[in-house]
Amino acid sequence: MSDIPGDLKFTKSHEWIREEDDGKVVVGITDHAQAALGDLVFVEPPEVGSEVAVGEACAVVESVKAASDVYSPVSGEVVEANEALADSPELVNQDPYGDGWIMRIELSDASELDRLMDANSYEATLED
Amino acid sequence: MTEPVIFEHSRPGRRAFAQAPAGDDEIPIPDHLRRRERPRLPEVSELQTVRHFTRLSQMNFSIDTHFYPLGSCTMKYNPRACNQLAMLPGFLGRHPLGPASSGQGFMECMFELQEILKAVTGMQAVSLTPMAGAQGEFAGVAMIRAYHHARGDTARNEIIVPDAAHGTNPATATMCGCKVIEIPTQDDGDVDMDALKSVLGPNTAGIMLTNPSTVGVFERNILEISDLVHEAGGLLYYDGANLNAILGKARPGDMGFDVIHMNLHKTFSTPHGGGGPGSGAVGVGERLAPFIPIPVVGRSDGVYRWMDEKDFPQSIGRLSAFAGNAGVLLRAYVYARMLGREGMARVADYATLNANYVAARMSDAGFDLAYPDRRASHEFIVTLKQQARDLGVTAMDFAKRLLDYGFHAPTTYFPLLVPECLLIEPTETEAKETLDGFVEAMVSILGEARKDAGTLKEAPYTTPVRRLDDVRAARQLDVAWKPASQT
Repeated sequence: MSDIPGDLKFTKSHEWIREEDDGKVVVGITDHAQAALGDLVFVEPPEVGSEVAVGEACAVVESVKAASDVYSPVSGEVVEANEALADSPELVNQDPYGDGWIMRIELSDASELDRLMDANSYEATLED
Repeated sequence: MTEPVIFEHSRPGRRAFAQAPAGDDEIPIPDHLRRRERPRLPEVSELQTVRHFTRLSQMNFSIDTHFYPLGSCTMKYNPRACNQLAMLPGFLGRHPLGPASSGQGFMECMFELQEILKAVTGMQAVSLTPMAGAQGEFAGVAMIRAYHHARGDTARNEIIVPDAAHGTNPATATMCGCKVIEIPTQDDGDVDMDALKSVLGPNTAGIMLTNPSTVGVFERNILEISDLVHEAGGLLYYDGANLNAILGKARPGDMGFDVIHMNLHKTFSTPHGGGGPGSGAVGVGERLAPFIPIPVVGRSDGVYRWMDEKDFPQSIGRLSAFAGNAGVLLRAYVYARMLGREGMARVADYATLNANYVAARMSDAGFDLAYPDRRASHEFIVTLKQQARDLGVTAMDFAKRLLDYGFHAPTTYFPLLVPECLLIEPTETEAKETLDGFVEAMVSILGEARKDAGTLKEAPYTTPVRRLDDVRAARQLDVAWKPASQT
């Protein structure tokens, strides 16, 4: 069973979102997503300073099976990208909710967070 | 079995006289242009060379040696007659820079190939110049862009692509400076019409569709999609990857498509997949005819000539140095002539029959079809989701084990929306016994998986190299070989 931390928010497209105290959020892909993709060989994070909108493809994760877009769960400005992933894409597989984070976004509209799923709802989407 | 690279066979001074140059002195190269060091070429005997390449060919899986059901690749038999006729001395000796008057025979073949492709796709004009499928796609979307721009309709920069599409479709749209709008596929395999309606608008440049789609079913709403996209001011692009399924039966032009690329190396059976270069000929309807890539072969008063920017001032330009891969186009031409109109329809008949036969047998044997309620086109998808969950074996494990049974693996993990999938395309050129052998191999592998999943995990056992570490290969890509003296 995949790991779904209770303190995070989620999207249907398998991104997770951690709220920080200063109006910023950290975004990555879920344990389920990394397991489905398999071993990652390349991660292309967004450019720092770029503006992203909800649902917009803003990063790419590539495994030996597939290249897949990562969609921004919120709108705002990318203030930091995980540079460690350039040399170590496997961090996303090893620690998807920790060292495998992908980007940090400064929110332009905090109300968008209310539209995201909690752990229980996300878990329900995985059962089919 | 291993085979050293040819440089490891090399010994200083060893010569193959058949290949040796005639002597430096005869070629008047100015001194300042002559290289100071000898090039690093292998020095091997003719016999060593023959054995080396024969051994390499024996280590390979190829259409000449094995069943090759690679989905969306149409790995069919490449008739020897195509090869033989394309290698006639008049074709081989023709210089592409020679005058048109000395290449009338070749140009006649190209003109007729353009006409045949127009007739079988329902298009108004064809250009043979794109060198491969991806370049044909690029030409197609570049023409769509050029059409909108020529009308002053410059805001149209969105290309709609279903999520089942080949990865080249969004890549093409992006290369052409367009924004990719992805729409979902329904559970029955058709495009989600509500999603399509919601993204159509004043920014729509066009939609890229493969029909039959990559999930192996015919898009039943194609006429409605065509009307909707045209009403919104967009154009329709047909990805020809799966043209084999409808060849001589249905025409993209009649479905409302404005542009199509054809993989002549698939549908028209020229060698590919490492066996030869490609050809991504494009066909266009009336709207896009002025923008067609040049050159195109024209005919007036029985004389053939190259049509260029003077004939097509709005052309998107040249995509290859001359006019595509001449040898590949000749092979496709011979293939088309040998088939004739009736033969083309039989291609579609048997490609479809073979796919549905294998699908039905596999379904009976306990495999899950991804779209069980739909008739397959020329290919179909098996999902091994259940086997992955219950037995811990993946689609990749099945694919690797198939090699031990003497079958090339089907396409794995594509399309992305079907978990643990195998995309299987038998093609029309296989005998029933071969298809039965493939199904029996799959059944046998399923039995092995139930007994001991480890058998599959270690496969293949019989190939020259065992299972590769594809993750490490991708992360530490290093394909350069250096002689021991340089390392």
